[in-house]
Amino acid sequence: MSEITKADVEYVAGLAQLSLSDAAKEKLARELGDILTYIEQLNELDTEGIEPMMHAMPLTNVLREDKVEPCLPRELALKNAPNTDGEYFLVPKILGGSE
Amino acid sequence: MEFETVVGMEVHVQLDTESKCFCPTSTDFHAPPNTNVCPLSLGLPGTLPVLNKKAVEYSVMVGLALNCEISRWSKMDRKNYFYPDLAKNYQISQYDLPLCHGGWIEIETSAGKKKIGITRAHLEEDTASNTHEIGGGFSGVDFNRCGIPLLEIVTEPDIRSAEEAYAYLTALKQILQYLGVSDCNMEEGSLRAEANISVRPKGSEEFGIKTEVKNVASFSGVQKAIEFEVARQIKVIGEGGTLVQETRGWDADRGITFSQRTKESAHDYRYFPDPDLMPIVVDEAWENELRERLPELPAARRARLEEQYAIPPYDAMVLTLSKGVADYYEAAAAAKADPKKAANWIMGDLQALLTEAKQEIEDCKVTPDNLAAMITLIEDGTISGKIAKEILAEMFASGKAPKAIVEEKGLVQISDTGELEAIVREVLAGNPAQVEQFKAGKDRVVGFLVGQVMKASKGKANPQMVNDILTKQLKAL
Repeated sequence: MSEITKADVEYVAGLAQLSLSDAAKEKLARELGDILTYIEQLNELDTEGIEPMMHAMPLTNVLREDKVEPCLPRELALKNAPNTDGEYFLVPKILGGSE
Repeated sequence: MEFETVVGMEVHVQLDTESKCFCPTSTDFHAPPNTNVCPLSLGLPGTLPVLNKKAVEYSVMVGLALNCEISRWSKMDRKNYFYPDLAKNYQISQYDLPLCHGGWIEIETSAGKKKIGITRAHLEEDTASNTHEIGGGFSGVDFNRCGIPLLEIVTEPDIRSAEEAYAYLTALKQILQYLGVSDCNMEEGSLRAEANISVRPKGSEEFGIKTEVKNVASFSGVQKAIEFEVARQIKVIGEGGTLVQETRGWDADRGITFSQRTKESAHDYRYFPDPDLMPIVVDEAWENELRERLPELPAARRARLEEQYAIPPYDAMVLTLSKGVADYYEAAAAAKADPKKAANWIMGDLQALLTEAKQEIEDCKVTPDNLAAMITLIEDGTISGKIAKEILAEMFASGKAPKAIVEEKGLVQISDTGELEAIVREVLAGNPAQVEQFKAGKDRVVGFLVGQVMKASKGKANPQMVNDILTKQLKAL
């Protein structure tokens, strides 16, 4: 049984920038715990000597050649922006350093 | 207490591909804002990234040049965070399986040669750029840069001084330029350096608390920032204070670092494999193919130049600092210029002209062939070294061949004995005081008189002949 606390939910919600009601937090704590418990069944398997799988698809090196193709015209790119000056996407003033 | 500096560097370098890392959009981010964007770089729903083969190849080539092991299996991961420079709220990067790991680079400082360990080099996408000059309480986001392939190169904490950090950056940039995988222009952000800096009591094995200095616009800035930061940390410790692990900015005008993040939340990027991208397999055959594409690297070229052209180690070092200069030098030498003289002209007068014009040697109007021709004109006595300087400046401005300039301006050296004797006679007649001094045993006035003859001939007199004729006439007086 995996237990997810309300604090865990709040932490994850914070990272995802979600604000949740107390009721939602409790419901999510229960549901996330159930999901983890379900997944934990995998721990019962003996994986000794088995290479970790990197992808569900049996494909590698899906690559494209370095060629430029026409892209999106700016009018279209900016069309759905909540705010723009015709050149930039406008966002509330960014404070502090970048990532 | 004596302290030891411990620095590790992280360098982000933009790989010089035509199209972005995961979409076929142009990487020209100088284009007007948001004109090189596509649904993928904008993070629109339903888009799928496809990895640019060249970005992988360039990354592997850098890894090989840095003596790294190339991962047979590698994958792309999502680094999750919210910031307006990434519309999809995650950056595609590499977490636990970077393309390259476990390498080293050799640096040289006043203390000698040393190896700096390369922990890893991984591929990731660049972010959008933000402008804060919009006003009205807004920042503007330009997605042209978003999705340009970046290689992040991380060193071991092997760097022990600001000088070593500078040497590391210089050596790394040199290799990247030789590989031709990036223009490494720091001002335009194609190369960005961050330093993780800490100090510890000398002899201690444990690391001190580190600070990360970001957004430094030049290598010398990095060096100064490390010097400042080391002194600051030692002072804090000496005063019994505690250091905080934090990101600090560099104020180049004031020459200080400053705390950048007041609200320091622990970073939790929740990396996970990007399900949209398939694993990358670089097998031995592909690795070998890329190894064969590596050009001669700076250290090897420096050694070869020294040996092949019999030039001093210092000359070979200076000439190989940039690939462009080394190519130019070898082209001039191939055009039959005397190797040592060609080195002198390139490192001296030509470099001065380039510096003054803020020009790179690749854009120089003086072709290596013309430089070689000019050196030959000096050697066969057609022009003097002094006139050559004038001719080089003219070649630099107009791109004309030296011979054409010599003919056009009548700059051929005067080596006619009769003509020179006449000029010398005139100069001696015009400077009786100096002639008297010579007679009184003051040999030093000869230099002055030679100068007068050169001046009278507008620099065209053959200096060796002037010396001989002048000495002869003076003695005959």
